[in-house]
Amino acid sequence: MAKNLTVSVSPHLHAEITTQTIMRDVLLAMLPAVVASVVFFGPRALLVEAVCVAVAILCEWAFEKICKRPVTVSDLSAAVTGLLLALNLPVGIPLWQAAFGSFVAIVLVKQMFGGIGYNFANPAITARVIMLVAFSGTMTSWVVPNFVDAVSSSTVVDAVSSATPLAILKQGGEGLPTLLEMFLGARGGSLGETSCLALLLGGIYLIARKVITWHTPVAFIGTVVVLTALLGQQPLYQMMAGGLFIGAFFMATDYTTSPPTPAGKLIFGFGCGLITVAIRVWGNYPEGVSFSILLMNILNPYICMWTQPKPLGGVKE
Amino acid sequence: MKLHGVHVPHRKTTADCAPVRMPVPAVVTVPMSMNIGAPAKPVVKAGDTVKVGQLIAEAGGFVSAPIHSGVSGKVKKLDQILGSNGRYDTAIVIETDGEQQEYEGLTPPAVNDLDSFVEAVRNCGAVGLGGAGFPTAVKLKVKPEQVDAIVINGAECEPYITSDTRTMLDDAQSIAEGAALLQKYYSASRIIMAIEDNKPQCIQKLKEAGKDVPGFEVAALPAIYPQGGEKVIIFNTTGKIVPEGKLPIDVGVLVINCTTLAVIAKYMKTGMPLVEKVVTVDGSAVAKPQNIIVPVGTSMKDVLDFCGLKTEPRKVLYGGPMMGIAVPDLGAPVMKNTNAVLAFAQADAGEPVTTDCIRCGRCAAHCPLKLMPASFETAYRNNEPETLKALKVNLCMECGCCSYVCPAKRPLVQVNKLSKAMLNQYNAQQKAQEEKKKAKAEEKKEARVNG
Repeated sequence: MAKNLTVSVSPHLHAEITTQTIMRDVLLAMLPAVVASVVFFGPRALLVEAVCVAVAILCEWAFEKICKRPVTVSDLSAAVTGLLLALNLPVGIPLWQAAFGSFVAIVLVKQMFGGIGYNFANPAITARVIMLVAFSGTMTSWVVPNFVDAVSSSTVVDAVSSATPLAILKQGGEGLPTLLEMFLGARGGSLGETSCLALLLGGIYLIARKVITWHTPVAFIGTVVVLTALLGQQPLYQMMAGGLFIGAFFMATDYTTSPPTPAGKLIFGFGCGLITVAIRVWGNYPEGVSFSILLMNILNPYICMWTQPKPLGGVKE
Repeated sequence: MKLHGVHVPHRKTTADCAPVRMPVPAVVTVPMSMNIGAPAKPVVKAGDTVKVGQLIAEAGGFVSAPIHSGVSGKVKKLDQILGSNGRYDTAIVIETDGEQQEYEGLTPPAVNDLDSFVEAVRNCGAVGLGGAGFPTAVKLKVKPEQVDAIVINGAECEPYITSDTRTMLDDAQSIAEGAALLQKYYSASRIIMAIEDNKPQCIQKLKEAGKDVPGFEVAALPAIYPQGGEKVIIFNTTGKIVPEGKLPIDVGVLVINCTTLAVIAKYMKTGMPLVEKVVTVDGSAVAKPQNIIVPVGTSMKDVLDFCGLKTEPRKVLYGGPMMGIAVPDLGAPVMKNTNAVLAFAQADAGEPVTTDCIRCGRCAAHCPLKLMPASFETAYRNNEPETLKALKVNLCMECGCCSYVCPAKRPLVQVNKLSKAMLNQYNAQQKAQEEKKKAKAEEKKEARVNG
């Protein structure tokens, strides 16, 4: 009896949460936005999403195989990055460009820095910004979503292209969608960013599952609302337009590239909001969420340093 | 401010099992290192007959405790056994005669002042029974004016273990008597009986038992692990923070485990020292989980034979699953500070699969002492003792919250232990270098004077 007893260091009990369950939760939280993308932009949305996810997984697998590292595809983080990127692309994006975006995200931004937990910037955001510069034409051609004619006549009817609410705001605000259209997602924009309702559902799910905390999204969105209100910029439109919701709930909350402490998250969210409003109000680009998160990613190590918790009973030497 | 922790599953299935006395085993093996500090020194030799309560080893120094026999029988030999800390330890092996005759010299100690009280606690062999095993008399050797509050620790926060729970349910009177003794000799302004709120019956019992003790109060604390950790319970009951390198008494607090206190109170009345333990036997490999009373030195094999095994155990622990120590074989004896023997089947014995750290920050967010375990790991792997020093790895109490919540299943507690060793080595080197420098400077000075 009792040979081969396992001798290991405590604790001998572990919570059920794993990297994989966290990533699975994030994928589930994006599901409403995926549904909304198909509802408003048609089945091609699903095609773009499938390509991005498949290429992301393939790139991760291939890179790790080539580098003889353990293959980490099963932790689902590559799938999360691929889907997140897809939700940030317009429905008309050529598929090879979408695939290129996934390659940039996984290989250049994530794996080249050491894989999960080692990248300094959010892979999906960085890939999107690179695509915005590289393919500025296709990355900013927006089509009119489904149902817009039926829902309201206030939208400019154009079968081929449409402007995003932020662009409309920048040009004077003629032909803005209604607030209800904005909330449901019936407006021009990237695949997964238009439906605030879907993103809110996903965000609440992530908070309820304790995958993220409220700090970053509340600070981010709150800063945008307050600042645009102070600047006389129609805060409710500013809140629901562009990529604010998807950025605040899904991108600015990325573990590796944002601070772990509540104080750090509040600073991070505030900084994102500040930069977003600055770009939207004074910049050349109509939208600044991606840039703001990328810039705050770079500041992240400093925020972590400033907000480091003080050990209980620690004595300074 | 609230200290962080984790909600562990309680699994206190044995809470309703009143302790059962196990038949005396044929042999007991009593190790000399059952306390923090110096091991005890045997005063018996092979062939000696011993009786229950008889001194078999005396304290090996100031920070040490004497050991008494829990059985009557004959000393077979003094053996070397592999202790739970990985070091070899002397142990007295006693063949029992099953008579359990009490030693004739057992009389209640004459206690009339603080000094004689502390002396009696020392003679009873008491050590911290919450698991730490710190000699109680050393802790109690303080002046009454230093003591502002006394915390009686009944926050049995580890999953499975219910031996303190049983003390509180079955022997609340002894705890109250112990509290009265402490009050008599230290006249603390508060005596706080700290119990987690998942043990409402214990709270009720102690409120009733302690109502006549001046300054006595029962604090119902949230059942969050590690509520029973010394620094945690001091903060949560008195709001005081024990600074780095200091003891609880430096902030005016004495913490004593409830079972330790009950043992002391009983010794004062009967003169019977600490020779047996209530041990919770549980885990997925155990057929009949229960609380049992065994003489100190009973082997885990005897304990598990008595309680029965459902399946072959693959991991056997001293103590709870959060901080317990896994033993390499079942010959390991129940010690004074053993409050549970847990035996797990294959399914619960494996190590989890790890991934790279995903920087989620859960380890730091759940650390009761606000440390950053993920940063310890990076610093340790980069061989940076200076960083470990700045991050205060020395404060870590190894409660296991960080490893428990880690989604990547990083071996954080293990790394913390290794990091502390690295830091200690570094500090020793620094000290040696400094002394060398000093000696050289002196030499030079001397040479100059002589020259």
